[in-house]
Amino acid sequence: MEHLKAIYIIWYRDILRFGRNKARIISSLAMPFLWLVMFGSGIKGSLSFGAGGFSGADFDYIQFLFPGVIGMTVLFTSIFSAISIVTDREFGFMKEILVAPVSRTAVALGKILGGTTIAVVQAILIMVFAPLVGVSLSWGLVLGLLPVMFLVAFSLNSLGILVASRLKSTEAFQMVMQFIMMPMFFLSGALFPLQNLPTWMSFLSKINPASYGIDSMRQVAFRFLDVPEIVADFFRIELFGNKLNLQLDLLIIAGFGLVMLVAAVLAFRKSE
Amino acid sequence: MSAIEVRQLTKQFGKLTAVNNISFSVKKGEIFGFLGPNGAGKTTTINILTTLLKPTSGQAEVNGYDVIKQKEKVRASIGLIFQEPSLDDNLTAYENLKFHSWLYGVDKKTQSQRIPAMLQMVGLTDRQKNVVGTFSGGMKRRLEIARGLVHHPKVLFLDEPTIGLDPQTRNHIWQYVLKLREREQITMFMTTHYMDEAEYCDRVAIIDEGKIIALDSVDNLKKTIGGDVIIIKTKDNQRAQQEIKNKWQLEAQQKDDSLMINKQDGGQFIPALFQELSVEIVNVFIRKPTLNDVYLKLTGKEIREERASAKDKFKHNLKMRGRLRGH
Repeated sequence: MEHLKAIYIIWYRDILRFGRNKARIISSLAMPFLWLVMFGSGIKGSLSFGAGGFSGADFDYIQFLFPGVIGMTVLFTSIFSAISIVTDREFGFMKEILVAPVSRTAVALGKILGGTTIAVVQAILIMVFAPLVGVSLSWGLVLGLLPVMFLVAFSLNSLGILVASRLKSTEAFQMVMQFIMMPMFFLSGALFPLQNLPTWMSFLSKINPASYGIDSMRQVAFRFLDVPEIVADFFRIELFGNKLNLQLDLLIIAGFGLVMLVAAVLAFRKSE
Repeated sequence: MSAIEVRQLTKQFGKLTAVNNISFSVKKGEIFGFLGPNGAGKTTTINILTTLLKPTSGQAEVNGYDVIKQKEKVRASIGLIFQEPSLDDNLTAYENLKFHSWLYGVDKKTQSQRIPAMLQMVGLTDRQKNVVGTFSGGMKRRLEIARGLVHHPKVLFLDEPTIGLDPQTRNHIWQYVLKLREREQITMFMTTHYMDEAEYCDRVAIIDEGKIIALDSVDNLKKTIGGDVIIIKTKDNQRAQQEIKNKWQLEAQQKDDSLMINKQDGGQFIPALFQELSVEIVNVFIRKPTLNDVYLKLTGKEIREERASAKDKFKHNLKMRGRLRGH
């Protein structure tokens, strides 16, 4: 009970700070907006999925990209939210938290849940742009994606906190996170299908936890966007010769998340 | 039972011994000062006593709780004002106090009385709804003092409470601290490298290179000097020093271009000095001893006001003003 309260307090502060920082909200929406609306609309015409073997189906690149950009928002926001523990440390506030009679585990969990909430909120805000690119938004789509986004965001936030517990300055954090985030993003299948990749790239994409996050969001989104079964099946990740279904995707993310969570809590407890 | 009990405490960082086998106890209700230059081990001691740092060896108890085995109980019973600013610049003054009371499990009813009372004590009532980022360094410090007290701590730790503040603000902060002492049943443990601030303490431990080299009340410490401090400037300081030693068995210390003599009833000694010294005296000055004299006598050096580098100071000032804002 005490712990739950402490987690809630740490969570609440991060949400309060997030809501107050309008510039941060707007600037973090800019990137996904550019990818979805400008890049997506621009490249749609010159890119055809006809070669994939379903030329007759009613499907275009935007439908493929949309869940990818949602996933990208979750990825970027989750990992970057962890910067809050670095800034708190830099600006002294972390000391105030650490000297309070609350457990380190509760602090780490509060931070992870705060970042998770922020990532999910940002991703939902991005969905507002859907009609601009001709994706029909429905309550089912938003509500269906919600639990998946939450799980993915939670896992990635744990990774973020794990890395951030080791870093002392925001400059170092930004450098390290770029190195982790950009490869994760490009190899995740957010922008292009992971099928027909060169072997080395295919291998990297399969050990990338973000790939399973993007795949699960895409599989959920495709159900609500009336994408034909054959198309949806084509894009599923293949692991050891089998196409993964949604449950397996989620299981892999949950497993990854659990390992990251334990590691993050331990690293945070040790670092302070 | 004393408020703080420290036995043979040692902390090593690699090869550096920051705190070297110190022992002391702080009585309930007293203002206890740790006086020493930067890097003497003051902050390390505070960090151990407030459970932020694990000692290499030795024991420490705060309010009867062991700082290693009963961390959360220690934390719940103390308040801490850090050397570096530690407020959330994005929250208002009121929210900072509210957040703090939550963390310390202060119930709603107590909060509604205590927060306004503390804000009033430090004179920030009319700024409570402002975001802390807009506050001056002095206001932030005052708010931190209010915050450190919201949860009724039994011991308040103040780590260099007035560092980086202008003299007028320093004065104000001290008035709050002394007012506090009248109002609340509280023990205060503070560190400082300002001599004049240590004078406010009931007892002072002088710390140098990780060791306590003297511990007593301010008056008793000054008595070790032996009366008044006489500073003379002569035409030939070296000869005068030798003569003083031969005639009165007094050790005159060379300080800059003058000589410093410690003597009981110094006022009566000065005429004798003029009569019997063969070297011509150019200038004479007499004053009561200060803690600086005590420190000088014990260590042979003076506590420098600011040993921090210019860069550190600059960074600190920026932080105080909250201009190095995060993302």
